Amino acid sequence: MSKDWPLWEVFVRARGGLDHRHVGSVHAPDAEMALRHARDTYTRRMEGVSLWVVKSTDIAASDPDQSGELFEPAATKIYRHPTFYELPDAIKHM
Amino acid sequence: MYTTELDKTATAPTPISGEDPALIAAFEARVAADEFIEPKDWMPEAYRRTLTRQISQHAHSEIVGMLPEGNWLTRAPSLKRKAILLAKIQDEGGHGLYLYCAAETLGTSRQQMIEALHSGRAKYSTIFNYPTLNWADIGAVGWLVDGAAIMNQVPLQRTSYGPYARAMVRVCKEESFHQRQGFDIMLTMANGSPEQKAMAQDALNRWWWPSLMMFGPPDDNSPNTAQSIRWRIKRETNDELRQKFIDATVPQAELLGLTIPDPDLKWNEERGHYDFGAIEWDEFYAIVRGEGPTAKERLKDRRAAWNDGAWVRAAADAHEAKRAARSAVAA
Repeated sequence: MSKDWPLWEVFVRARGGLDHRHVGSVHAPDAEMALRHARDTYTRRMEGVSLWVVKSTDIAASDPDQSGELFEPAATKIYRHPTFYELPDAIKHM
Repeated sequence: MYTTELDKTATAPTPISGEDPALIAAFEARVAADEFIEPKDWMPEAYRRTLTRQISQHAHSEIVGMLPEGNWLTRAPSLKRKAILLAKIQDEGGHGLYLYCAAETLGTSRQQMIEALHSGRAKYSTIFNYPTLNWADIGAVGWLVDGAAIMNQVPLQRTSYGPYARAMVRVCKEESFHQRQGFDIMLTMANGSPEQKAMAQDALNRWWWPSLMMFGPPDDNSPNTAQSIRWRIKRETNDELRQKFIDATVPQAELLGLTIPDPDLKWNEERGHYDFGAIEWDEFYAIVRGEGPTAKERLKDRRAAWNDGAWVRAAADAHEAKRAARSAVAA
């Protein structure tokens, strides 16, 4: 059995002004082939105007088992949200 | 194109495992709350195994599903039909790729899955072991086989494993074109000459029962269904989906002016569903075992496609090796 080509994660920008979004992955020996495969696999219906591919092994990810500690500070700092503050009725917009 | 779990007896009820009961309980609670499970999350081995089998079978079905239709590409009746069929077949290839990617996130490599298919160990949908004898079959396949596939796949968009659910969203978005192009072929033939209408009827006669079998064995003979439903891998049972498909398809056949080959088919006012005749399950199990009319030919064609492409993969490897060597020298 031969070896799989490296895995590349594929990101597509649906149209100008939007972020590239992760859509899936492809196997390819190099970046150029990865782009070609990504085009054929993920943009057969005008899904995008721009493609990024990045080797999956080059992505560092947070550990889901640590997500409690990692994201907890955001939940306890509700004063970061504007709705935390009560405005006097006289002020209509702020 | 379609999935239902075959080969169920292989891993019937979950074996007692050495897994941490607290982890299992937390997992069950997340799934019960309709949360999505992602690749790096903890999951029971049986969940991983069931999903790997189901997703890879689904991927294999998409890939093998290209073969019966490819058979008619060079004989499509017009350039328009040919271009449409080509696009549909390309979609099926794409669906296979989305699904292989999803299955790989569970820890099985693409090579292992392809090897399992080519060696005959892995299963794919029984429907592709029936031959496509004439052009009307292309209509019937799109209308009925893709129709049944959609019925199966729509609930899978909410399956509990994130990568599988996301792949299914993409697949479903593309699949409804497949069904409509098939119905369009049937409509054209049903409204054509008497010979064309007879061809459409003949194709319906041959594809109706195999399409119903696509939903898999009846619920009372489907040992893993309860666990798959609890884990939200499946959202509806085989029999529920089969009934939905029949209810949706009968009026479409009437509109075509064609007759569904089931003398027992009758609207049941009380149930609010169509009653239908008994399904020949012996035929289904024979085909699962690889005894379909074209099973050997399908695998032979698959292996040939893979082997004939070997030089392309080798060339791409050589190109990359040369490029890497050059940049190493330059550095």
